Amino acid sequence: MSVQNKKTNTPFKIVAYTFCVFLTILSLFPFVIMIINSTRSTNQIQQHAISLIPSHYFANNFKVLTSKTFDPFRGFINSLIISVGSTFCAVYFSTMTAFALVAYDWKARKPFFTVIMAILMIPAQVISIGFYQFMYKIGMTNNFLALILPSIAAPATVFFMRQYMIPSLPMEILQSARIDGAGEFRIFNQIVLPMMMPAMATQAIFSFVTSWNQLFMPSILINKNKLYTLPMMVALLNGDTYKTEYGAVYLALFLTVIPLLCIYFLLSKYIIAGVALGGVKG
Amino acid sequence: MAKPLKGISYAKYGYLFSLPFIIIFLIFWLYPTLYTCVLGFTDCKGFGNTEWHILENPLDNFREVLKNNSFKVSLKNTVIIWIINFIPQITIALLLTAWFTSHSNDLKGKGFFKVVFYMPNIITAATVAVLFRTLFGYPMGPINDLLVTTGIREASYNFTVDKTAAKLIVAFIQFWTWYGNTMIVLISGVLGISPDIYEAAEIDGANGVQTFFKITIPNLKTVLLYTLVTSLVGGLNMYDIPKLYQDGGPDKATLTTSVFIQQQAFSGSYIYNKAAAASMIMFLIICVCSAILFWIMRDKDEAKLEKEKKLARKAARRAERSFF
Repeated sequence: MSVQNKKTNTPFKIVAYTFCVFLTILSLFPFVIMIINSTRSTNQIQQHAISLIPSHYFANNFKVLTSKTFDPFRGFINSLIISVGSTFCAVYFSTMTAFALVAYDWKARKPFFTVIMAILMIPAQVISIGFYQFMYKIGMTNNFLALILPSIAAPATVFFMRQYMIPSLPMEILQSARIDGAGEFRIFNQIVLPMMMPAMATQAIFSFVTSWNQLFMPSILINKNKLYTLPMMVALLNGDTYKTEYGAVYLALFLTVIPLLCIYFLLSKYIIAGVALGGVKG
Repeated sequence: MAKPLKGISYAKYGYLFSLPFIIIFLIFWLYPTLYTCVLGFTDCKGFGNTEWHILENPLDNFREVLKNNSFKVSLKNTVIIWIINFIPQITIALLLTAWFTSHSNDLKGKGFFKVVFYMPNIITAATVAVLFRTLFGYPMGPINDLLVTTGIREASYNFTVDKTAAKLIVAFIQFWTWYGNTMIVLISGVLGISPDIYEAAEIDGANGVQTFFKITIPNLKTVLLYTLVTSLVGGLNMYDIPKLYQDGGPDKATLTTSVFIQQQAFSGSYIYNKAAAASMIMFLIICVCSAILFWIMRDKDEAKLEKEKKLARKAARRAERSFF
């Protein structure tokens, strides 16, 4: 980078690379063990829990796993429905709210934005008791809508979309669309949404992953086995049913991370850029 | 701001477009919040019970929760685990930030390292917790296998019953999942610092360490504070990992406030009222933390502008007065 400092600092580089390689191993080691052990039999794992050579018990482990309470397909479908639903709600309606904040001059605009900022950090956990009681009363426990609809009000996503929209949405375009006779809803759906696509894609990834990984809210609202999400099924692995089935447990864990690993390897560039923008923090 | 076409006010669309947010917020966030708050003052308990009456001494639940030993332990655990996780997290993130943004030493493979270090953050916390529980298994978990085969220990160590080990492991998992995230936020903070300052420092002959402590750190104050507060709020809500690592055990060693609340409200005798009181106490603590964050993140340029406006108005008034 620098022109003046051409001299290479070899000892520094050795230390830095060693440390980075160490952290790389630290990050990958648990996953490598998980993947390899998912192909080994419980017997093999009990003799030596660490091995770098995969075995051939993958299918067998799968049989053991699915013969009990863990149903990866059902969990996958349930998690997918909830995550896709809440991602759509969060991204579409947050963009809409951000549009209201950026494009129009209304009296309550500033106080409204202040409220959004103020509730940015309030986690769902601390209001779970009231939420559960409310849902129980109106019969919405064991209903995915109770997990999807709240994401229409996603303050963090609104905040991010607003920050992105301010510099990138020229008001002249709105004006000319109005002159051409487009209604405000059409302007939003046909002009603003396509322009916001990059930011919406970033937010979609994060909403999806956050929703996919959620454990607390689903586990208090859902108690029917066939509605369990994947993280809830992971919780089942701690029970007695799988106590001695090590191979099956590793396989189950592996199955739950496959979708995330796929997303990450395809989109890591965008994900890291999104984190750098500071829009998200769990 | 868009100037409206002549004679048409577009203000109503501002309200219209934020309506879905407002309605859902009122129903699914504000109402449950108030409901939780009210339940904290009532006798509501027992599975599926939705009947309740305000207690004679409405503050009883709060008093009892604050006196409750498990709650005190859980609050202490939450803070301890957060601190044990945060110190190495911020230290290593800062170190990596310094290395990855260094002007004099260009490391190769930064992109790869960033991708790898961030990866644990995206994996389901529930899966990570169960995975670590299995890794630290006794007698033949992978970690014990490693310790015994390399000769570090002669026999397997039972991590599952050691209280200190359990705390350290939960803190480590927390650290392991978040340091990559913190590093990326800090790096983007450093990249936001004007390169002119670094150039000036270089011309003045500052070395890497001096540049880091005298320029990077002071300019990174806001970002560091932001990281601190968000991490603290996240830490105060720690649930998935302690819950699935050992359900708050062994012997309450990893019981966090969120796990405590969940155990009170949704298991055993379903004590909704006390769990609600405990939730509200946590809510207050988090409110204080987010108030600090809100204050940090307020629109600084706008605040400055307003200040200038005020000064200008004052000056104008003064000028007016002196004129008369």
